[in-house]
Amino acid sequence: MRYTTADWVLAGLSLTAVLVVLGMTGAMLGQVFIEGAPHLSATFLSESPTADMMGGGIFPAIYGTILLTLLMTVVGVPIGVATGIYLSEYAPPRSRLATIVRAAVQNLAGVPSIVFGLFGLGFFVMFIGRGLDGMLYGPDEGPVWGQPAVIWSSLTLAVLTLPVVIVTTEEALRNVPRDLRLAAMGLGATRYQTLTRIVLPNASSGILTGVILAVSRGAGEVAPIIFTGAANFLPYLPTDLRDMFMHLGYHVFALSTQSPNVDQARPVLFATVSVLLVLTFSLNLIAVVLRSRTRAKYAA
Amino acid sequence: MSRTGEADAAVVASQEATEAAPRPSRPARPKLGTGFRAPLADRIAEGVIRVMAFTAVAAIVLIFVFIAKEALPLFWEPEAQEQIGGLGALLFPRVWPGHHESAFLWQPVGDIAKMNVVPLFLGTLRVTVLAMVISVPLAILSAIYVSQYAPRKLREILKPAIELLASIPSVVLGFFSLIVVATVVQDLFGLTYRLNALVAAIGLSLAVIPLVFTITEDALRAVPKELEAAALALGARKHQVVMRVVLPAALPGIAAAVILGLGRAIGETMVVLMASGNAAVMDVFSPGSSARTVTATIASELGEVTQGDAHWRVLFLLGAVLFLVTFVLNRVGVVIVERLHQSLTASRR
Repeated sequence: MRYTTADWVLAGLSLTAVLVVLGMTGAMLGQVFIEGAPHLSATFLSESPTADMMGGGIFPAIYGTILLTLLMTVVGVPIGVATGIYLSEYAPPRSRLATIVRAAVQNLAGVPSIVFGLFGLGFFVMFIGRGLDGMLYGPDEGPVWGQPAVIWSSLTLAVLTLPVVIVTTEEALRNVPRDLRLAAMGLGATRYQTLTRIVLPNASSGILTGVILAVSRGAGEVAPIIFTGAANFLPYLPTDLRDMFMHLGYHVFALSTQSPNVDQARPVLFATVSVLLVLTFSLNLIAVVLRSRTRAKYAA
Repeated sequence: MSRTGEADAAVVASQEATEAAPRPSRPARPKLGTGFRAPLADRIAEGVIRVMAFTAVAAIVLIFVFIAKEALPLFWEPEAQEQIGGLGALLFPRVWPGHHESAFLWQPVGDIAKMNVVPLFLGTLRVTVLAMVISVPLAILSAIYVSQYAPRKLREILKPAIELLASIPSVVLGFFSLIVVATVVQDLFGLTYRLNALVAAIGLSLAVIPLVFTITEDALRAVPKELEAAALALGARKHQVVMRVVLPAALPGIAAAVILGLGRAIGETMVVLMASGNAAVMDVFSPGSSARTVTATIASELGEVTQGDAHWRVLFLLGAVLFLVTFVLNRVGVVIVERLHQSLTASRR
């Protein structure tokens, strides 16, 4: 087909838009890694901050981020996978209950992260935490559970990342061919046996994709943890569910907005952002590869 | 009827009962795997799955209940109202002591707490509108290129590349806006303040673009090829096909993309908290002046207020409004996408 001027204008404009978007992304990643890389070292990754956060390393923040997402996964994934199973395997396709669950999942995905922060504080810290204190220690003791802590942050993030796990699990289960289920049931397997021995193993890489995406999302969220457990600086590593924790994203936020001398903090900041990005990108890359492999498997 | 038959019928009946629409009466056919009563262990496991499946519903309800629980006492606690100078002070301008003119002021800390929320919503509006002005054209044009012009191989690289942007944590976008974009924008436009609504909007657009792009691209590619082929057969040029056939057909999907992007922009916290300057000014038409948004206000002030006092309640009230606004936007966007999907799949049958 021959292009007229108008054709070239539209094609050119739209190509320009793509280049602008990719250019902005590239510029951002380039700047972060170019400024961050020189400051990265084994000591930066393995030591605690010193000299008012300007020296030393960020190990407690890495540790805190991993601990947080691990706890989040332990709580959120079983619930998310169960919901995905319910929607794909048990709920009649157009039942009212399934519609309500689906709508809730979609809406949960659209709730702003700061609202999750308010929820975490109001529900987990104040209601559950204080409630536990009242039950275990009576009204006169100081707060033990009823204060910001890593457990409350990870529960908040578990709720926040729930939709990611649910949606990918449901999709993964739906991609398992119907023939496999029919064959299993034809051999006399119960519905639950079919689920656990045939459907879930076949959907495992798809479910894993969802888990990884949820971890990547959860590791980067800062707004929900500001009031529910993140700390600026801790002299010790959290060892108890009731401890507060340091966090890569929160570290970047606090250091870049509250530091008296941002220029001096600049190398530390760029290096910390690099670590955070490497973490989320590698998780996403794994998820993308897993997903394309699963799709290829069933497309064949 | 045999025993299994009865159990069978009971299972089917209970399933029918859970279904929303009354079905026309026809002989009940047993569904897969309901032909006999499953072992107890199976039924327990399945029960657990069913119960856990309602966590998402419970979460939505609990989020709203527990935010409202902290916010609503504002409307009946006299001491809280006294602290903010009456409920009217939340919305209407007032001549505050020490001021000569009536003004909308958000200065929640001080001898006289001034908690008028109008500047905050205005701040959100300014940053959001700017961000949408920047991101929507870029996202839609990119989607047009990727779906209509790019060769298949290129598309398979471009789409994930743009979606990679979605996986960047918003604190990183905020950091980049604060450290890099702010300097560039200040030099470029000669602005007085380094951090302002424009810088925040640029950072925010990086968060909105991948979302709008993905949904728009899906909508454009879902347009049946027959429409395009018919237009081409009638002698239409490529640009005419794109502008007059594909875009109109995908319009609901694009509208949904913009609505969902708007919800994201309104609710985004870290970018605006770090890059908008956070001064609550009533300066509507100047992108170069500072802005304090609803989300950034909650994030920066909640840590320093006393639990249960008026300021605390107002911050939760802001959160409740934010929740409702994004809830409605999200619902509308999702419903449009679903309808479009249904109508496109229905036309293929």
